[in-house]
Amino acid sequence: MINKGSKILLEVKNLKAEVAGVEILKGVDLTVRAGEVHAIMGINGSGKSTFSKVLAGHPDYAVTGGSATFQGKDLFSLEPEERARAGLFLAFQYPVEIPGVSNSALLRLAYNTLQTERGLEELDPLEFEDLVQEKIKVVEMDASFLSRSVNEGFSGGEKKRNEILQMAILEPRLAILDETDSGLDIDALRIVANGVNSLLTSDNAVVMVTHYQRLLNYIVPDYVHVMDGGRIVRTGGKELALELEARGYDWLRAAA
Amino acid sequence: MSTALHNLVNQPYKHGFVTDIETEAVPKGLSEDVIRHISKKKEEPEWLLDFRLGAYRHWLTMEEPAWANVTYPKIDFQDIIYFAQPKPKKKLASMDEVDPELRRTFEKLGVPLHEQKMMTGVAVDVIFDSVSVTTTYKAKLAEVGIIFCSFSEAVHEYPELVKQYLGSVVPSGDNFYAALNSAVFTDGSFCFIPKGTKCPMDLSTYFRINTEGSGQFERTLIIAEEGSSVSYLEGCTAPQFDTNQLHAAVVELVALDNADIKYSTVQNWYAGDENGKGGIFNFVTKRGLCKGGNAKISWTQVETGSAITWKYPSCVLLGDNSVGEFYSVALTNHLQQADTGTKMVHVGKNTRSKIIAKGISAGRSNNSYRGLVKVGSRATGARNYSQCDSMLIGDRCVANTFPTIDVQNTTATIEHEASTSKIGEDQMFFFAQRGIGSEEAISMIINGFCKDVFVHLPMEFAVEATKLLGLKLEGSVG
Repeated sequence: MINKGSKILLEVKNLKAEVAGVEILKGVDLTVRAGEVHAIMGINGSGKSTFSKVLAGHPDYAVTGGSATFQGKDLFSLEPEERARAGLFLAFQYPVEIPGVSNSALLRLAYNTLQTERGLEELDPLEFEDLVQEKIKVVEMDASFLSRSVNEGFSGGEKKRNEILQMAILEPRLAILDETDSGLDIDALRIVANGVNSLLTSDNAVVMVTHYQRLLNYIVPDYVHVMDGGRIVRTGGKELALELEARGYDWLRAAA
Repeated sequence: MSTALHNLVNQPYKHGFVTDIETEAVPKGLSEDVIRHISKKKEEPEWLLDFRLGAYRHWLTMEEPAWANVTYPKIDFQDIIYFAQPKPKKKLASMDEVDPELRRTFEKLGVPLHEQKMMTGVAVDVIFDSVSVTTTYKAKLAEVGIIFCSFSEAVHEYPELVKQYLGSVVPSGDNFYAALNSAVFTDGSFCFIPKGTKCPMDLSTYFRINTEGSGQFERTLIIAEEGSSVSYLEGCTAPQFDTNQLHAAVVELVALDNADIKYSTVQNWYAGDENGKGGIFNFVTKRGLCKGGNAKISWTQVETGSAITWKYPSCVLLGDNSVGEFYSVALTNHLQQADTGTKMVHVGKNTRSKIIAKGISAGRSNNSYRGLVKVGSRATGARNYSQCDSMLIGDRCVANTFPTIDVQNTTATIEHEASTSKIGEDQMFFFAQRGIGSEEAISMIINGFCKDVFVHLPMEFAVEATKLLGLKLEGSVG
């Protein structure tokens, strides 16, 4: 929902970044306000996933120019865990498996770390269990997933739902969903989208990185950005995604 | 490897101090004269001197084993002090007579010698350099007929028991280091649980090497008679010296019919510095014999120290229906090397064994699991389950698994599972992205990885082991 008067959560200006000495981002500008849903689309290699990893602080990527502020703070002066504690959440394209660490233990540690950060009481395992049982409904997951090791032996769809469960528990101000729709069948896509929609409020925002218009039928964006060659080359409303679906990306690249 | 991971693995060794105490040592070197000297100093009976000399003569004919996956410069066995003891040495009437300097040492290590201050329900035998300093709760244990004392004392007070069981599980010529130990062992712990007795408290030995250039060659003998049970804990530390020190211990366990022995170790000998200078060579032979039917021997070890660890706590399952277990966490960092595992030898019918081994390598270390499951022709219905998991932290360390299975009875059931995982940058980034710092992340991963072993440790040891792994890994991830 667009409200020009709402608070700016993320402001990225002329962001440049490289990985292993190769420049991938060549000047990205993006402003995200509270309450907004953004979609970033583009072909493979356009820099979409790099952009999300750079914002989250992945160690493989080096920022070489530009700036990003998150809720008024210089994002790049914060360590990755500080960015997370400040309310920046990245749902991973390929969630990692953590053998031996139970999902519920991870969720509780992450949750309590945030509680401490916010000056609130930590929850003991029993209290947390009540919270997690409530939140797990958001992604229609079976409670047995909580006692299993993080993502170990999960299907692609289950991993993605697990990411959204983490988002539901941590209630971030800004969630970046990096190709959360890839590898999902239609039922899982609906569940994930419903989960995300139920978490949206006027205080938080979502940035979806995706190849396909399909996801946008379920989570309707306020803005659609097209990335190409490490820049955002076109910004429009949700109809831009439909146009891309119909015409492909080439016409945009020719125009740019 | 990122800095956080790196810093996490590089904690200083906090037990590396030297106690300034006068010790009496025989000159460096090994000969029949040195052995006679040790035996005489300890006022030993003739048969024990013969045992030592027999072992020594056998040792002279043996080659140092070279099959382990470890490398180190040749040990000069003439450059080792084979006997060092705190001076003055006189019979202690009570704990209060322990040298105050010595007492402070153990307090610093978290091993208070005052029974009043002891962890409730644990009796401790303390070995400083080669000599047992004190044994707590002795009188209380004696009330139920349990003998728990230093090995030297047992030789004098219970010579028949010692004579009957010494070398009965690990013969004096068993292997190079066991033979060396048999020739020169100086002290250790002795424990005897009589028929039908459940030991009312955990028994514990705390080993400390103090003198530079000295070797430690202790001998532990635990006998559990029919229907008895005991839980035994062993802890070890050493000061920080630039030279390597040899620790070649022998532990023998004997479980008769329906007896149950649980032996837990948290080994934190000095591991050398981050460039591999100094540290203990931990070449140890530990073996348990399930002599009677339905006997059970369970080894649990958390190996975090030593420059080199070479040990294979084993079970010989002689009695029908007897059970052997081995639960191990071996952590290596920097330039540490570990070649450790177990041997399960099934002789009796329906014998069962279980092996859970977890290896964690960080830094530039080398960590090998080596195991043997052997099922003899008489061992009808034998069963083994083995699980060997390795975890790598960073990309400069090595993990190996060398399992050997030798089955001579077709009714045996053998299962073996193995896995290798890596704490990688992506896992650390995932934790960070969920707001969790690298130390907590590593500790969570490691504890998750080791939990199948930690559940078998007595409570205080489990807490200590968890802390120790965190300390040892501090600085290795990041």
